[in-house]
Amino acid sequence: MSGIPHDHYEPKSNGAKWVHSRLPVIGLLYDTIMIPTPKNLNWMWIWGIILTFCLAMQIITGVILAMHYTPHVDLAFASVEHIMRNVNGGHMIRYLHMNGASLFFVAVYAHIFRGLYYGSYKSPREITWIIGMLIFVLMMGAGFMGYVLPWGQMSFWGATVITGLFGAIPFVGEAIQTLLLGGPAVDNATLNRFFSLHYLLPFVIAGLVIVHIWAFHTTGNNNPTGVEVRRTSKADAEKDTLPFWPYFVIKDLFALAVILAVFFAIVGFMPNYLGHPDNYIEANALATPAHIVPEWYFLPFYAILRAFTSEVWIVIFFEFISGGIIDAKFFGVLAMFGAIIVMALAPWLDTSSVRSGRYRPMFKWWFWILVADFVFLTWLGAMPAEEPYATLSLIGSAYWFGYFLVILPLLGVIEKPLPQPATIEEDFASHYGKSDATPAE
Amino acid sequence: MFKKLSIAAIAALALTSGAFAAGGGDQKIENIDFSFDGPFGKFDQNQLQRGLQVYTEVCSACHGLKYVPLRTLADEGGPHLPEDQVRAYAADNFEVYDESIEDFRAATPVDHFPENNGAGAPDLSMMAKARAGFHGPYGTGINQLLKGMGGPDYIASLLLGYTGEEKEEAGVTLYENTAFPGGWISMAPPLYGEDVDYNDGHANDLRSISEDVSAFLMWTAEPKMMARKQAGFVSVFFLTVLSVLLYLTNKRIWAPIKGKGRKES
Repeated sequence: MSGIPHDHYEPKSNGAKWVHSRLPVIGLLYDTIMIPTPKNLNWMWIWGIILTFCLAMQIITGVILAMHYTPHVDLAFASVEHIMRNVNGGHMIRYLHMNGASLFFVAVYAHIFRGLYYGSYKSPREITWIIGMLIFVLMMGAGFMGYVLPWGQMSFWGATVITGLFGAIPFVGEAIQTLLLGGPAVDNATLNRFFSLHYLLPFVIAGLVIVHIWAFHTTGNNNPTGVEVRRTSKADAEKDTLPFWPYFVIKDLFALAVILAVFFAIVGFMPNYLGHPDNYIEANALATPAHIVPEWYFLPFYAILRAFTSEVWIVIFFEFISGGIIDAKFFGVLAMFGAIIVMALAPWLDTSSVRSGRYRPMFKWWFWILVADFVFLTWLGAMPAEEPYATLSLIGSAYWFGYFLVILPLLGVIEKPLPQPATIEEDFASHYGKSDATPAE
Repeated sequence: MFKKLSIAAIAALALTSGAFAAGGGDQKIENIDFSFDGPFGKFDQNQLQRGLQVYTEVCSACHGLKYVPLRTLADEGGPHLPEDQVRAYAADNFEVYDESIEDFRAATPVDHFPENNGAGAPDLSMMAKARAGFHGPYGTGINQLLKGMGGPDYIASLLLGYTGEEKEEAGVTLYENTAFPGGWISMAPPLYGEDVDYNDGHANDLRSISEDVSAFLMWTAEPKMMARKQAGFVSVFFLTVLSVLLYLTNKRIWAPIKGKGRKES
């Protein structure tokens, strides 16, 4: 692996040499765990560990749940109750898995906004960013399909609404929807394929996580200054970095323990807080719930989906020039996926030569408005589809697209950035006083 | 940066609790001080037994509890009846259809409460979790931490919420109820007070029996609540200890790197 100059693994014992010359797996692990890491990383760099932990927890609890769960429309709901009542520790495993999805999304949103603020998406980390976005999309798919499995009212109607979106695609939509559902409507075939895919996707995500880590271990971590680690020599690099073990492993584990304490308080004392009461009613194709609301982590994108109604001028305009092919429903679907695509394109939309938002006085403001906009859209997504929420959703959506498509390209031209520190060492020293200390022995 | 983002994350979480979106604005849900509310709350074993009696003598005429195994009446953290009483209770009150003898027989503890949807009455097994009574403050639903989800409060409010008004719509009699969404429910008032006589001499006015049966239905919906809260306490305790140890470890390994002139960052 290329990257920041550092000591590589040298096998010492005969046994280690024997293994190393045949399969350099110990060396790979050593280089991964001892990777030189910018020593000025702040607390926003902990989310990677939290996310890795979430993936592992979801896979382990999920595999156990799958041992007791039955993916059949007549049995699924009862089998979840069987887990809750009869399986040893089943109620905890199920609540961990259920709330684990929420923790996963809290962490991924924090991780993404960290990247957006400190410019982690910029050259040379575009591939890390794109793979991250792919993981995010797969997480949404896995989360959505997992929510269908308990076969409650929200499971059923959520599945009906979301798969209906694909039906809005012109010409091929209906065929795609039928393929997703395995029939004309949400039924046993849907439940079976969702169960199969819900089991498959986490392993695809795990593969992508390895590639994600590989990519940023090649480019090196970004850091709060956005200034690169010096690669001129190993001695220079060592002034800017510390090995991942033990410095960052212990720091990240501390953060993980604190977050898990809060997480277990939620699981122990209010496990249904983020769920929907309607999902404790078995799916019924004949009774539609009063409000069909997706899980909280989909709400910002759900708000964007619903914002573009047939009364919005841009929708009318596109419907007219496309000869009616792009109607309001399809426009909403395009907007929802577009909201993620513009985010994925950030590396090419951001024209500023300065990486970190810390040294970008104008960018800072727009960034925090984007964070507020995200929270605002989340709230709007939970509101009923009526005024004033429709207009507010439109404003929120407009800012989301405006930030990526107009503000990011423009700021790079008109903004005058603040001076950046020359090196990471300088930044670190300015925080902790003149460092003439030697590393721990 | 970290602080600001965590606030944003918490705000996003809080604003979007599923409970927020549910329910109408015109329902009157009274917050009842149940013994099991809040992280320290516990089921009152005697209340659950009284609630079981109300369910058996009144509710079970129309409503079922098909997800609840009868044997769990003996479980700790629930009504905790002695096993011989559970056996007698099952045999005295319920008959189940047995495929192996192709006939009905008396229920045993291994059977579930029978399914019953006479007159279209919904199953009550999970009713206390299928209704959220509380959404505040400001729609965040955070008050559920101390008040509980609000499901049993909803059930009790419903039982207490009949105004006595009736109307007929398309041949169905509807009864006005201040807790029911829309204000009109097709269930006739099931309880009037003194519908059951408790062996322990506990008060059997309308409010008492409504609260008792609501507490019982919280148990049928969440039979492992006591075990769950205990697991929560143990986990939070050990994670807090682990956090302190890791904090000290982290401080120590970084001390030589950060030097003595450390400023608060």
